[in-house]
Parts: sequence; C-alpha cells; structure tokens
Amino acid sequence: MNNKVVVNLENVSMKYHSLEGETPAINNISFKVNEGEFIGIVGPSGCGKTTILSLIAGLIKPTTGQVLVYGKKVQGPSTSVGYMLQQDHLFEWRNIMQNALLGLEIRGKVNEDSKRKVERLLETYGLGEFKKHYPDQLSGGMRQRAALIRTLAIDPKILLLDEPFSALDYQTRLVMSDEVSTIIRKEGKTALLVTHDISEAISMADRVIVLSERPATIKNIHEIQLTSEDNNPISRRQAPEFRQYFNAIWKELDVHV
Amino acid sequence: MYNRNSNNPISKEHAKYISKIKRNRLMVRFSQIAILLAFIALWELAARLNLIDAFITSQPSRIISTIKSLYQEGVLLMHVSITIYETIIGFVLGTMLGTVVAIILWWSEFAAKVADPYLVVLNSLPKVALGPIIIVWIGAGPFAIITMALLVSLIVTIITVLNGFMEVNPDKIKLLQTFGANKTQILKKVVLPASIPTIISAVKINVGMSWVGVIVGEFLVSKAGLGHLIVYGGQVFKLDLVMTSVFILSIAAALMYQFVAWLEKKFLKWQR
Ligand SMILES: Nc1ncnc2c1ncn2[C@@H]1O[C@H](COP(=O)(O)OP(=O)(O)OP(=O)(O)O)[C@@H](O)[C@H]1O
Ligand SMILES: [Mg+2]
Repeated sequence: MNNKVVVNLENVSMKYHSLEGETPAINNISFKVNEGEFIGIVGPSGCGKTTILSLIAGLIKPTTGQVLVYGKKVQGPSTSVGYMLQQDHLFEWRNIMQNALLGLEIRGKVNEDSKRKVERLLETYGLGEFKKHYPDQLSGGMRQRAALIRTLAIDPKILLLDEPFSALDYQTRLVMSDEVSTIIRKEGKTALLVTHDISEAISMADRVIVLSERPATIKNIHEIQLTSEDNNPISRRQAPEFRQYFNAIWKELDVHV
Repeated sequence: MYNRNSNNPISKEHAKYISKIKRNRLMVRFSQIAILLAFIALWELAARLNLIDAFITSQPSRIISTIKSLYQEGVLLMHVSITIYETIIGFVLGTMLGTVVAIILWWSEFAAKVADPYLVVLNSLPKVALGPIIIVWIGAGPFAIITMALLVSLIVTIITVLNGFMEVNPDKIKLLQTFGANKTQILKKVVLPASIPTIISAVKINVGMSWVGVIVGEFLVSKAGLGHLIVYGGQVFKLDLVMTSVFILSIAAALMYQFVAWLEKKFLKWQR
C-alpha cells in the first residue's frame, strides 16, 4: 500500500439550516485516507455519518474547512467518486443491465466499450443471467450486488458506502460484506464504509474511525491489525484480536439503551 | 429462479384448487350475465304487459329499433363519433397539458407555492358551471365542448401528477446527483418514469371526467353528439331516443375505459 493521500478532510464543520433553527451535524473533523485503503466509519445514530460521505461526494458544501479529493477542493460530484446508498434504489422500470448503465448514461458515456465492460462486471459477479431481469425478480443480495456494479460501472477510484447492507438479513449481510470487500480490494479501490455494525467495520476495514454523538467529532481512529490467514471479512472475524477491537470501540461508542 | 413456469406435473390437491377457482370465476361471470338478461327481459315484459308505461320508460325492443332507424338515417355513426372524438381530444389534451403544467411547477418550487391556493380553489369549483361562459367566449361548437372536457380534467391532473412527482423517493434523486445529473436528467431519468403509474391513473380518472365535460357541453351547445340526442329526446318527449343514447354512451364509455386499462398493462409491464 502506498501513502498517496486521496481524500483529505481539513477542519470540516457542517451545519444544516431550517426555519426551526440550525443543526450542527459535524464539528471540526480532520482525517486523511490513503490510496487503496479501506476506512470504516462508526458512530451513534444521527451523528453525521451520511453528512461526511455527502461532503466527500460533493453533494453538499462544508460550512467551514475544506474537503480535498486527489488534492483538489471538492466543488461538486466528480467522476472519481462512486457513492452507494443505504438502499439499492434500483429503478423498477429498468432491467438490471439498464440499471447498471445508469451512471454512464448520465455522464453520456454509453458506448459499445462501456457496455461490454458492464456486461463483464455483471458476469464476473454472478448476475450475467439476470441482465434482462427486473429488480423485483432478484433477491436482496443480488440487488445489492447490482447496485454495487452500477457504482463500479463509472469506474470510480473512491467508493463511498453508506450502510449498504442494512436492508439485508443477517446471513446475506455476512456473505455480501465478504463479497463486496473482495470486489473492492480486487478492483483496487479506495473505500469509505459507514456502518452501525462494529463487527462489520472491524472485519472489513484497515482503519476504523469512531465518531461521537452529534455534532460528530472524531473520538478515535483504530488501526486494525488482525492475525488472520485470509484478508476476507469472514476469516478476519475469527482473529483473536477481533474481540479487543470490538470491546474498545463498543466502550467508545458508549451506547445507552 | 422461481418455478413459475415449471412443467412439473401438478398434484391432485393443486388440480382441485385450480378447478375450484375456475368454477368460481365462471359462476361470477354467469351471474353477471344472468342479471343483465333478467333485467332486460323483465323490462321488456313489463312494457308489453303494460305494467309500466313504455312511452316514458321505453323498452329494449324499442331501443333496438331506434338504433336501427338512426343507423338507416345515417346519423348514428355521426353522433357517436363526434362525442367519442370530443372526449378523446378532451382527455388527451387535459392529461398532456396538465402534465406539462405539473412539470413546470415541479421545476420551480416558487411557482408551485404561488400556484397552490389557486389550484385548490379551481379544483373545488365545478368546472361545468363555466359552460355558458366558455360558449360565449369560444362560440357554440365542438371547440367549446372540447374546452369544457379539457377544463374538467386539467386541474385534477395538475394536482395528481405534481403530487406524484413530489412523492418520488428523494434518495433516488440523490443517487442521480451522485452521478452528476442535472435537473433535466433528473426529470427524464427518474421523476417522469417513476410517475408513469400516477400519470396513467390520472388518465383513467380523466376519461370519466372528459365524458362529463363533453356530455354537459353537448347539452348546452346542442348541435350534435349523444349529449345533444339526449337533450333533444327529452325536450320532444322521445324517451326511446334518450334511453338509446344513454345505452350507447355507456357502451362507449366502458370500451374506452377498457382501452385505457389495456394501455396501462402495456406500459407497466415491469410492475407485477
Ligand atoms: N438536509 C438536512 N436538513 C436538516 N438537517 C439535516 C439534513 N440532513 C441531515 N440532517 C441532520 O443532521 C444530523 C446528521 O445527519 P446524518 O444523516 O449525517 O446522520 P447519520 O449519522 O448518517 O444518521 P443515521 O445513523 O440515521 O444514518 C441529523 O441530526 C439530521 O437530522
Ligand atoms: Mg446515515
């Protein structure tokens, strides 16, 4: 892994304004992400996790501070960033192939080449037979995979994943987190994964950022080093150090019921 | 994936279940037809036995002979086609214009907020009350009738379709924005396609509305069409003509509704 910084947040704060008043969502957040790194972000509900991803994606602008992607200040959505939302949001009136092509279509980049590439992605990740199927004919896991391919189709170098598995049942979730992390590492992407699930974060990420309650500040950043044979999430969960990381992060999150 | 079209031999219980459903469906259809036939037969019988006065209630055999004579005079098709033509133009224009206005209001939130109270008031106003005004302004002819049909469906289309636009999941729009989509692309790629079910249900409502507008328009203009036949028949006490026109009207309306339902099926094949 090299040390080229691809995402850089410098003292970023963000407030939302409405007639009822202003909501400070995140407060003075700074961190750097290296190329090829997998970052997990955990934090209490409503603390500002999605806000951080939306800032990096260029959907919103910070109130103060700046967000840099590949050294350049983010001005709007960019081709180098792919964003995968909490729900798959496949369009029910498009078949899987048409859904996967959506991003390319918006950017006016649909051609024989890009189509073939998307077809290859679908085939590689087990959706080759379902190209002509409509989303409601697919299982939850397959839909999520199709959504990932839709994101990968525009060939982003950085992937933002906002609780991509939260709509899935536990079993599918484990399998999907395994698949997705394998895909992302294989395609050599940099990734930021937001999740509520501490285990998911530890099992997938190289570093886990723990956020405080809203307005989010960084409580701690854990460098995850596990002595597992494989680098896939399922075997990483078996590593002896896993529990220690889990307990440490659990304490930091300080969950009250 | 699913064994929807598997050709496994079906089990005995399943065969029983299927035949039960089929029998039930047949019974429903049979009862529907029986009621219709019984009604017609009773009506005819009561008229023949002078239990009712066929002069004011008409009777099935007279309706048939009225249709025949209208046809022989060569005016039947003329009246029917004028009414159908006005209705189709009315609801197609109403739906299209309404959708265009809804798009404008979706585009400009400011315009939507300004228009809101006007839409509410216009929506609660019975549009046929404007009939005489329209006739004075446009002249007593098919244009006035089409305008009425259009007005009856316009406002409700704007409101329904705009609501449909607003209900499109904001995250679907956010998804497009992450790809860098502009407003036109958001409209074309998600807002319009996601609202097709809403637009089609607006068309379905508009078909009915348009009939109301056209018939009332023909009452007022009273030159041609089924509405004219009904008014004319009423005025000269030819109840046969009135009943015949109503009968043809109900068949035409039902056929048009079926046509729209068929369109809906065709457009929404992804919706199971
Ligand atoms: N568009 C907005 N306008 C006003 N307030 C907002 C807006 N978006 C988010 N907020 C508020 O900002 C805070 C942070 O929201 P955000 O969605 O970033 O949190 P989150 O950590 O992703 O939450 P969750 O765990 O529910 O996904 C919340 O209190 C939310 O209510
Ligand atoms: Mg969130």
